[in-house]
Amino acid sequence: MPHDHHDHDDHFHHEGISPSGHPYRADDDTPLTYWQTMEIAVRELLVEKGHVTAAEIAAQIDRMDARSPANGAAVVARAWTDPAFREHLLADGSAATREMGFDIGPMHLLAVENTPGVHNVIVCTLCSCYPRNLLGLPPDWYKSRAYRSRLVREPRRVLSEFGLTLPADTTIRVHDSTADMRYVVIPERPAGTEDWDADRLAALVTRDSMIGTGLPRPAA
Amino acid sequence: MDRFDGKSWHDMGGGEGGALTDLPPDHDFALWEKRVDALMVLMTSKGHFSVDGLRRVLEDMGPRAFETMSYYERWMAAVNQNLVEAGLYTTTELGERMERVARRGGTYGLAADPRSTDRD
Repeated sequence: MPHDHHDHDDHFHHEGISPSGHPYRADDDTPLTYWQTMEIAVRELLVEKGHVTAAEIAAQIDRMDARSPANGAAVVARAWTDPAFREHLLADGSAATREMGFDIGPMHLLAVENTPGVHNVIVCTLCSCYPRNLLGLPPDWYKSRAYRSRLVREPRRVLSEFGLTLPADTTIRVHDSTADMRYVVIPERPAGTEDWDADRLAALVTRDSMIGTGLPRPAA
Repeated sequence: MDRFDGKSWHDMGGGEGGALTDLPPDHDFALWEKRVDALMVLMTSKGHFSVDGLRRVLEDMGPRAFETMSYYERWMAAVNQNLVEAGLYTTTELGERMERVARRGGTYGLAADPRSTDRD
């Protein structure tokens, strides 16, 4: 795929797979849009007027790219193996994840734990609020009208559309995020992993299992 | 005619929506989208506007914008509105700069290249 390479200053590469595991969009090769034109113009004006530097913008994008579901997986795996950390995480999610280097900033993080018979799932009915410090940027479906409107009304059916069919007697708790308060789901530790360490366990923790639309990978 | 149900269009909880099967594959965000996100984070952290300011503009756009503009197109519009209100640049400055950017070339890569020659 042809690419022009005008973004060396940002150390940004469009090819292959991103740190969060998705293919890049080939934005450089499609016709310039009105909103792209505005982004370039606004950024240039802000830099020229001294409100922000190009280096600050590049560093912020690097921070964004460094955040992926691997952060959340490390938190979940530690909660599974370190009882004191689990307690801290459930009591004060913001502080516990900050301690691991995943700062949520001024927002609050609530970790909600799945237990036998109780399954948690998160949504933002008002917009797209998401625990970005632990999972990176949200997938498109998380921001869709279908997910935002239906999850709070018929969660069991929505989950089944993700391929997750829960027993009829499982309680489903839906947590609606806000701009200031984000949730993350601590899924149940898979059976047969009793002697696994945190690093090995983290590989089982999927993004969707921390949103609640999926479960961790099985141990086998 | 629909009766007003007591909540704004963006308050979608409990409404209707399509099935979540056959989801399009996830994609990462384009560079211009990440730059919009970065401008939002940096300019709010510097105190030029707030998350509430972003949300106010997004919610005032109405349901049509949700259907016709992409996520970061809506964010770009909201960031710009807040920055103009904060007095960081004028709409005249913005319009002139957008014309200049568009003259650099027909793709994002060409138009965003700081080494492109502006032809006034």
